[in-house]
Amino acid sequence: MRLRFVIMKVAGALSTLAFVVVFNFFLFRIVNENTVESMFRGRNLSASQIARLERQFNLDGSKWEQFTAYVGQLLHGNLGVSMKDFRPVATVVGEALWPTILLVGTSTLLAMTGIFLGFRAGWRRRSRYDVGVTTFSMFTYSMPDAWLSMVFLGLFASGLGLFPTGGLEDSGSNLTGLSQFLDQAHHMSLPAMVLAIAYIGEYTIVARSAMIDTLREDYLQLARAKGLTDSNVRRKHAQPNARLPVVSLSALNFGFVLSGAIVVETIFSWPGLGQLTRNAATGPDFPVLQGLFLLFSASLIFANLVADLLYGRIDPRVNGR
Amino acid sequence: MTDLQVPRSGRAVAWDRRRASLAGAWRGLGNDRLALLGFIVLLLFTLMAFAAPLLSDKSSLSAANTGDNPVWSPPSWEFLFGTDHLGHSVAAQFLWGSRISLFVGLMATLLQVGIGSLVGLTAGFFGGWVDAVLMRITDWFLVIPFLPLAIVLAAVLQRGLWTIILVIGVTSWPSTARLLRAQVLTVRQRLYVDRARSLGAGRIHVMRRHVLPNVTPLILASTTLAVPISILTETTLSFLGLGDPTATSWGGMLNAAKDNSAISGGRWWAYMPPGLGIVFVVLAVTLFGRALEEILDPRLRER
Amino acid sequence: MSVLELQDLCVTYRTDGGPVPAVRGVNLTMNAGETVGLAGESGCGKSTIASAVLRLLPKSTKVSGKVLLDGEDVYAMNPGRLRAVRWTSAAIVFQGALQSLNPVRRVGQQIEEAILLHSTQTPATARVRVGELLERVGLPAARAERYPHELSGGQRQRVLIALALSCEPKLLIADEPTTALDVMVQAQVLALLEELQREHGLSLLFITHDLSVLTHTCQRLAVMYAGRIVEEGGSKEVFADPQHPYSRALAAAFPTIGDPLSRMNPQGLAGDPPDPSALPSGCPFAPRCAVAVAECSTLDVTLRHAGPGRSAACVHVDGPDV
Repeated sequence: MRLRFVIMKVAGALSTLAFVVVFNFFLFRIVNENTVESMFRGRNLSASQIARLERQFNLDGSKWEQFTAYVGQLLHGNLGVSMKDFRPVATVVGEALWPTILLVGTSTLLAMTGIFLGFRAGWRRRSRYDVGVTTFSMFTYSMPDAWLSMVFLGLFASGLGLFPTGGLEDSGSNLTGLSQFLDQAHHMSLPAMVLAIAYIGEYTIVARSAMIDTLREDYLQLARAKGLTDSNVRRKHAQPNARLPVVSLSALNFGFVLSGAIVVETIFSWPGLGQLTRNAATGPDFPVLQGLFLLFSASLIFANLVADLLYGRIDPRVNGR
Repeated sequence: MTDLQVPRSGRAVAWDRRRASLAGAWRGLGNDRLALLGFIVLLLFTLMAFAAPLLSDKSSLSAANTGDNPVWSPPSWEFLFGTDHLGHSVAAQFLWGSRISLFVGLMATLLQVGIGSLVGLTAGFFGGWVDAVLMRITDWFLVIPFLPLAIVLAAVLQRGLWTIILVIGVTSWPSTARLLRAQVLTVRQRLYVDRARSLGAGRIHVMRRHVLPNVTPLILASTTLAVPISILTETTLSFLGLGDPTATSWGGMLNAAKDNSAISGGRWWAYMPPGLGIVFVVLAVTLFGRALEEILDPRLRER
Repeated sequence: MSVLELQDLCVTYRTDGGPVPAVRGVNLTMNAGETVGLAGESGCGKSTIASAVLRLLPKSTKVSGKVLLDGEDVYAMNPGRLRAVRWTSAAIVFQGALQSLNPVRRVGQQIEEAILLHSTQTPATARVRVGELLERVGLPAARAERYPHELSGGQRQRVLIALALSCEPKLLIADEPTTALDVMVQAQVLALLEELQREHGLSLLFITHDLSVLTHTCQRLAVMYAGRIVEEGGSKEVFADPQHPYSRALAAAFPTIGDPLSRMNPQGLAGDPPDPSALPSGCPFAPRCAVAVAECSTLDVTLRHAGPGRSAACVHVDGPDV
């Protein structure tokens, strides 16, 4: 039964991925400016140059031919070539991958502390703790990342000078080892804090709701009747149940890790996928955009799959067992 | 001796129940002080947005009319929120920007909830392969990363307000669809719907009498909760330069501030007002929406 | 010494709509080995009493009067003593609906938890004991590895009974244990309860709205209405010859299992139970009573002697006040 469950989920994920590949391809063919002429406007190109460029950017031949070429390239890990500097998209994207994972991964882990805040708040509903936590969550949830970034930058970086105003590390530095690590951490502090604040609200609110839903359940009454202490009732009976929707949410959120920091990376000049997306959008650099799009979608699909499988493991009522 | 109650018409009973629940809802809302506060704040902002033409002359925003204004002047009696890099009054931009932000937020929400409701209700009600197909499509849309899609769409279509509205609406409907479909399925499973069918009631009758009343409150609640997201999304899109270049929303003001070194120059008045405006509007709608949801959501009421 | 003694117990819930008096002065004494049934419609306060005995009511609830378990006042205990007493002095068998057991824990582990909490056993010996308990209630020991949703309603009920017995309490409170089950399974579970009660010499407080069930299982019977006991006595006598109009209606409403005549002619009771936050003056049953007289809407009747070992709260009963 479990195997069937896993197979179904994986099959679903693959079919979604297939759709995304097709969608991705056609989306970027709709864009009018995705032709060699407009890309290289203002440059006199001979016919043979145009033909060569078209082939290079997979813009020659019929749509069907382009599509098969596209899929073929994908299967070989070839994401095309950047319009800006002719470097392989895979390389360009690969360079930007780690900074984003570092930044957003750290922020997400920080933001997940909201889960514990939310559990406790939901357990003692309407207490001062709850009111404080809920108010805090609502406030942070209402803040646009753009503005929060600017405030932090203006206050702590430009204003108080405590943190650098951008970048991954001090430019021109060739630090290594611990010094490099510390320098990067220093640069990452502000954007990580901004993202953590932006995300924490959601975790808190969902955890709190999950806990409140669990509170209504009768088995908590039974646990208390058995003689368990209040905190044990919470930890051994309420939380394992309240965890379920939270786990789903967390797994799904990991899917957004890669695409989640476009605004923050832009403001803090963080050399990650977000900034790459922004630059590729204003360029415009369609092959890069296309590659990024695919990457983001794939990570979301993967995260969904992991969330489903995980949920199947932790909730015995789902067919995963 | 118990006396018999005079039988009242079904409609009268239904009306009484409806009136009672509405009165209960109103009372509940009034009891929640935060919700009330949210509602008042929202009202104030809406009034302010409508009153913008009265409070400030739009022409003051055009590039031509700023000759004498000091550039980058901090808040003063003359310019309540100071001036920006071109000498325009930030306060005036704030007023006019509120209209854009609120308008786009509202319209995008309506579009999103509209599409989502249509898909969700159809899928839930017809079931079978219709449901399967619609849900597949919904899942596909959920997996497309929203912001990159928005960026691409905005690049494809002409930059403008309706583009933004379209983009937000088209990318955000899946969650509403899922929610409503689940609710329709729950309602359908209930015995009394089957009983109505066995009594000969047609599908439309069932839809009208049973499904809609249980689903409409949820749609309403979803709408109020979707507005904050739409506003925040519009802010992000405008910030990334995808908004309407002729109509600057609060997000656009943030973009302008960043581009013109307001941050490094310590000119906080260029980005604090629009930012705080967003925070307060979103907060107000969220508070109000949550209270509304608690009252209207039939799932919550049942427990 | 009595196993359980309720002295003028009053429980008032605090709700958004104001205080709701769920229990309004209940007196009940149970000695070792006694079986008492508590009957009444939903909302009459009987489940509240079950929760009150082990002090499981929400913190905002106001409780007055005394609840003595083995002579100790439950509401005067400190939290540590209370937790020790729970499940060892008295245990509750809840309705075996899916919500009564933790859905993400195996049933065996949930019983084990109780054993480990109140004894010095190791997990290994506790697991053995769990197997024994399950077999005693008619389930194979292997069922301990199952999750609640994998068991049938009857099986879940048996698990709850096993759980309740796990710490060898003196008092077993069964709160609607057979209500959610179909008739065949009901009979089995009832038989099991009776057997266990006899075997262990337990005191049993059986709470239900089904009067006919109680006559077989319980020696004494107390009928509740609107937060008060309105009739008390030997169960067979009360069922055969109810003194209070409400008991009469209840007895008539439930066909006796196995009695063809009563099955053919059930008689329901008109009207609804009163809203506890808006009780009428005088006897709360008066609006639905077939034999109410003028006095009934002004006089708040209390229990009166109605024969040897019997009492009822009705103006038509001639005896002196209890």
